[in-house]
Amino acid sequence: MKNTASHLTLGPHLYNWPAEQKRDFYFRIADEAEVDVVYLGEVTCSKRAPFFLPFIPEICERLEAAGKEVVLSSLALVMTGRERKELHELSDDCPWDLEANDLSAVALLKGRSHVIGPFINIYNEGTLDYLYGNGARRIVLPCELPAESLRALGNMARGRELEVQVFGRLPLALSARCYHARAHNLSKDGCLYVCEKDPDGMDVMTLDGTPFLAVNGTHTMSYSVNSLAGELDALQKFGVSHFRLWPQQVDMVAVIQTFRQALDGQIDQIEVQERLDKLVDFAPFSNGFFHSVEGARMVE
Amino acid sequence: MELVCPAGTPSALRAALDAGADVVYVGFRDETNARNFPGLNFSPEELKEAVVLARGMGRQIYVAINTYPQAGNLSPWHKAVDRAAAIGVDAVILADIGLLDYAQKNHPGLRRHLSVQASASNPEAINFYRSAFDVQRVVLPRVLTVREIAALIGEIDVETEVFAFGGMCVMAEGRCSLSSYATGKSPNMLGVCSPASHVNYEQRRGKLVSKLGDFTINSFPDNEPAGYPTLCKGRFVGQSGDPSYLFEEPTSLNVMAMLPELIAAGVKALKIEGRQRGKAYVTQVVSSYRRALDAALRGEVVPLMDMGNVAEGARSTSGAYQKNWR
Repeated sequence: MKNTASHLTLGPHLYNWPAEQKRDFYFRIADEAEVDVVYLGEVTCSKRAPFFLPFIPEICERLEAAGKEVVLSSLALVMTGRERKELHELSDDCPWDLEANDLSAVALLKGRSHVIGPFINIYNEGTLDYLYGNGARRIVLPCELPAESLRALGNMARGRELEVQVFGRLPLALSARCYHARAHNLSKDGCLYVCEKDPDGMDVMTLDGTPFLAVNGTHTMSYSVNSLAGELDALQKFGVSHFRLWPQQVDMVAVIQTFRQALDGQIDQIEVQERLDKLVDFAPFSNGFFHSVEGARMVE
Repeated sequence: MELVCPAGTPSALRAALDAGADVVYVGFRDETNARNFPGLNFSPEELKEAVVLARGMGRQIYVAINTYPQAGNLSPWHKAVDRAAAIGVDAVILADIGLLDYAQKNHPGLRRHLSVQASASNPEAINFYRSAFDVQRVVLPRVLTVREIAALIGEIDVETEVFAFGGMCVMAEGRCSLSSYATGKSPNMLGVCSPASHVNYEQRRGKLVSKLGDFTINSFPDNEPAGYPTLCKGRFVGQSGDPSYLFEEPTSLNVMAMLPELIAAGVKALKIEGRQRGKAYVTQVVSSYRRALDAALRGEVVPLMDMGNVAEGARSTSGAYQKNWR
């Protein structure tokens, strides 16, 4: 039986895939995935946005027709006049709820129903409560919070919607600088969209060859793939209502199904992990942040 | 234009005042500030003495309480704000929304500045902090060009403070979990990035390898000086296969040559980074900037001064203030 108190969400696609490929990805999600909420929109780099923009209305309609809640995600670091103008247009005209990923969006959405994204710094009860009071109906927490913080914030949420990232490479850092362009000796303005070469980000190794991070344009991601599949029970007890899966270039429909069945108690921990191990072969899993150790570590 | 200078110890504070600081900013000796290093920072008693000393010279003291309070453990941060208010400092520098809210409600007369750690990079965000928490000044994140700063100042009614010299985050400040990912210690929560407690140096076949946690950050031939392994200033291997400073070279920000532009842009205060640095650094950087700023304010040519010996990696950059940095 479906656990109706626990909702699965698909976070916004953070990588630079060709627009048609991304559209087809979302069409398949609409048609086949047992996910409750789908976030979409360009979060990482405003230069990428124009390519995918024309497809968004059609995708949203298809997702809604399939019974999924649609939320449009805003850019995580807003600096230029153009980025500000686009944010204003989005907040003025968007028929769907927005996810605010920069304080500029929090400001524009004050008093209106919205979602606070994981790029807003929420570390404690005071900030959480303030942002609910500002109009947020759901708050997505940052990736580095340990279990004690998640428990305290779950208490403070008191039944209001709270979302935690439970699958995918974690967005660890934002910058004005594009590291993809820099790695290819290009300027950000003349980047040739080289980030398109790396559908899950560009692997970053240490000098001795240890995989460490993954560059996604202006964002730096974890090399490891976060999985809190083993911590779902604890998160549910803390009062977490929404569970976010980040899109990666794997069979996301199957990943979604695995997490859905795990939340519903239909498959046990061992089977969940066996399935995820088969589905994700490009990097190891980690869950260290939850356990107050290095984010890169996997605590069994 | 105000010159805002760092002090990690009472003796560095005196050095900064003697060298011509208009304002000295400090932190308490705990996790409430973003330079929470062993042996550094001020006790409440030391802060009281600092305020008396600065007042006597007609100068000011700001207190940075600019980490993010930990859920379930808010009291150290609330106490820090209460103490700063009781001691009568000239401003507190805060980043967290919950803490700004607390400070405004409990100490409405205490002047509030928005820390760079809040990463407010546009007028909408800055005006939000102004209207919600009545912040009087914003320390701008090091992501904006001088042109963008000038345009931004026209759209906000809050004073602006910009970083002029010192160590530089290449990521948007306060929005980076890289160090946390490698060490388990969150800079946002604990106030220390690339902590010394997790740094190791290993000798390997004629090379000195620097590590942060389990990860190699750099390696140096035996005859070269080894730098501190700050995560984002390390050498890594991208898909080209060649090691490079993938994020940023070890380098210091230095905007001395851009002072006339920053003055023309309407910037209210210049900030020197380096509460973790010694008295000699404070004396040299503050006195150099005092001379340069005085000259620029008189409309004279800014004298060129070599700051290489105090710059990280002995190199300097104008960083994000120029667009080609991106």
